[in-house]
Amino acid sequence: MRRLISAVALLLAFGAAAEAAEGAKPPAQHWSFSGIFGTFDRASLQRGFQVYKESCAACHAVNMLFYRDLKGIGYQEDDIKAIAAQAKVMDGPNDAGEMFERAGRPSDKFVRPFANENAARAGNNGALPVDLSMVTKARVGGPDYVYGVLTGYVQTPAGVTLMEGMNYNAYFPGHQIAMPPPLQADGVPYQDGTKATVEQQAKDVVTFLAWASEPTLEARKQMGIKVLLFLIVMTGILYAAKRKVWASVH
Amino acid sequence: MAAPAFKNGLVRWIDHRLPVFSFLHHELHDYPSPKNLSYWWNFGSLAGIVLVIMIVTGVFLAMHYTPHTAYAFDSVERIMRDVNYGWLIRYIHMNGASFFFIIVYIHIFRGMYYGSYKAPRELLWILGVVILLLMMATAFMGYVLPWGQMSFWGATVITNLFSAIPLVGDAIVTWLWGGFSVDNPTLNRFYSLHYLLPFLIVAVVMLHMVALHRFGSGNPLGIDVKGPQDSIPFHPYYTAKDAFGAGVFFIAFAGVVFFSPNLFGEPDNYIPANPLVTPPHIVPEWYFLPYYAILRAIPDKLLGVIAMFGSIFVLFLLPWLDTARVRSAKFRPTYRKFFWVLVVDCIVLGYVGANPPEGWFILVGRIATAYYFFHFLILLPVLGLIERPLPLPQSISAPVLKPAEGKA
Ligand code: HEC
Ligand code: HEM
Repeated sequence: MRRLISAVALLLAFGAAAEAAEGAKPPAQHWSFSGIFGTFDRASLQRGFQVYKESCAACHAVNMLFYRDLKGIGYQEDDIKAIAAQAKVMDGPNDAGEMFERAGRPSDKFVRPFANENAARAGNNGALPVDLSMVTKARVGGPDYVYGVLTGYVQTPAGVTLMEGMNYNAYFPGHQIAMPPPLQADGVPYQDGTKATVEQQAKDVVTFLAWASEPTLEARKQMGIKVLLFLIVMTGILYAAKRKVWASVH
Repeated sequence: MAAPAFKNGLVRWIDHRLPVFSFLHHELHDYPSPKNLSYWWNFGSLAGIVLVIMIVTGVFLAMHYTPHTAYAFDSVERIMRDVNYGWLIRYIHMNGASFFFIIVYIHIFRGMYYGSYKAPRELLWILGVVILLLMMATAFMGYVLPWGQMSFWGATVITNLFSAIPLVGDAIVTWLWGGFSVDNPTLNRFYSLHYLLPFLIVAVVMLHMVALHRFGSGNPLGIDVKGPQDSIPFHPYYTAKDAFGAGVFFIAFAGVVFFSPNLFGEPDNYIPANPLVTPPHIVPEWYFLPYYAILRAIPDKLLGVIAMFGSIFVLFLLPWLDTARVRSAKFRPTYRKFFWVLVVDCIVLGYVGANPPEGWFILVGRIATAYYFFHFLILLPVLGLIERPLPLPQSISAPVLKPAEGKA
């Protein structure tokens, strides 16, 4: 047993060393959707959607989302129709065999800013603005990391020379990022009176992206609580039954 | 097999023609089990439960999954978002694989501690190792199906191992891939085999059960059942105990599935596979990490591959490598200590496997690898000959009966 404990201590020491080598870990934020009872803050989701639309959608797609999914962040049928209708969707071919543009519908996927990867790179100095629909699940650190990148544009430290078109970022791996700082204070006119600081916008857009990464998160946790309660009661009964059955054996 | 007198007429009618009810009665009710099995004996039935869960959820996933490089990733995401309760099915399947390995690894270490592999249960043990190998193949191919970055690069790294085989290595890899890289043909055949292998596992599990029921379960004392006072019918005693254990398991499983479903996963696998972008660290699923560490501990590729497969192959030989005549580590004070050293060694190997092969990790990985083989190939044969075991109890009920007799 003592050997086991010293081995575990050794492992922890290794772990700490490995972490130090990897560099800045984005600080943990408080998220409305974390924890067992966490749910997405609806107002933050809608503000976050606004930030995405106005500050990110020009470069980044959210390819997994359909306009109809916006019901999940609290929009009504009619709002969604109106939002979708603002987009121009390529459709066709029509009876004459031609492709045509039409207004978006709730059943359409979110329209993406670039037709393909090459177009996206050509528009961004050769760098690729990644699809954001899974980004909080697809990065170590999740939402904290994305928040870190969005708010991590700090002064370039002395002695660091950036490559052309690059920006210094405290949390992006390698610190040189092709994305210019995407958020400005009051860059987005919030309707609900919330002050649009960079931190607030980052928080809201990350909440929105976390929802986009996993729209079923709330359903999962709600079901989980019921399932766990049921299992705990059931296991208690099974334990009592086991005791009863075994009473005569011991 | 003496048919019990069933009360229900229909049951009697069927049983006369197709003796399934007699069979169940015989294998569950009459089947005598040692009365002193501890909770470590729960993991066999748990593994069976998880196997069924994997097959059921797998069949439902297969109804919505598309095995094509252009659609696989999106089809899994569609399961997560648009299929009713698809997220639940997929998270159960994904985490079920991890829990399957946790359970089976505990089951195997249980066997090593109590000497469950010793005569007359050698074939039972060997069938268990076959199940482990089939599980590994199944899980490896399953992990490729969602076609994320780790799916693709994991498949590339692991299939490439076969290129270490002299002369025909490259030809074999091309044959495995069905082309010149991991691509659509690879994904298709992996899907086909991923669907097939679990049913082979079911078949081997059945043989495992046949072998088990020949001599019955071992027990923590490692001595044979000497008479009816040592045993109790499996049902209702162990059905009740297994059911309670299953309840505890389901609480842990549900905790992960509902509240931390990506705990065992790699974030990189939520990035679609891209043959042009190599992820900074390619790591296999956690349950393969110790083998991965052994593979990388040896500088020569071919020898590394041999050592990796050898680490499982030694398990086949374990019944003969361990020369001790006493089964249970309870009565083998020295072996008991080395058992725990081996457990720690495997955890260290897993930890090394999760980290890039640099600096300290190389040395630690090599020592841990050497120790692993030392344990099986040198320590066990020698220790069995020189260790003086503690005196064994007369029978399973003896230690329980004695104080009672003293009182009378
Ligand atoms: C002018 C185009 C542009 C805008 C607007 C923009 N981005 Fe980016 N973004 C990029 C590019 C290009 C990259 C790739 C950077 C690189 O690889 O160096 C990037 C990278 C990122 C990353 C890092 C992903 C990773 O690989 O770890 C995140 C997160 C991100 N963007 C989020 C956002 C969010 C959220 C917004 C809106 C608030 C936004 N971006 C607005 C162009 C843009
Ligand atoms: C021994 C039992 C099984 C094991 C250990 C196993 C393991 C796995 C693993 C590790 C994955 C990857 C999960 C992920 O990361 O997304 C997977 C995916 C998958 N499995 Fe299985 N599996 C088993 C049985 C089955 C069976 C019997 C079927 C079909 C009938 C099946 C169908 C699928 C499908 C369609 C996927 C892709 C969807 C997805 O990735 O979620 N599996 N499996």
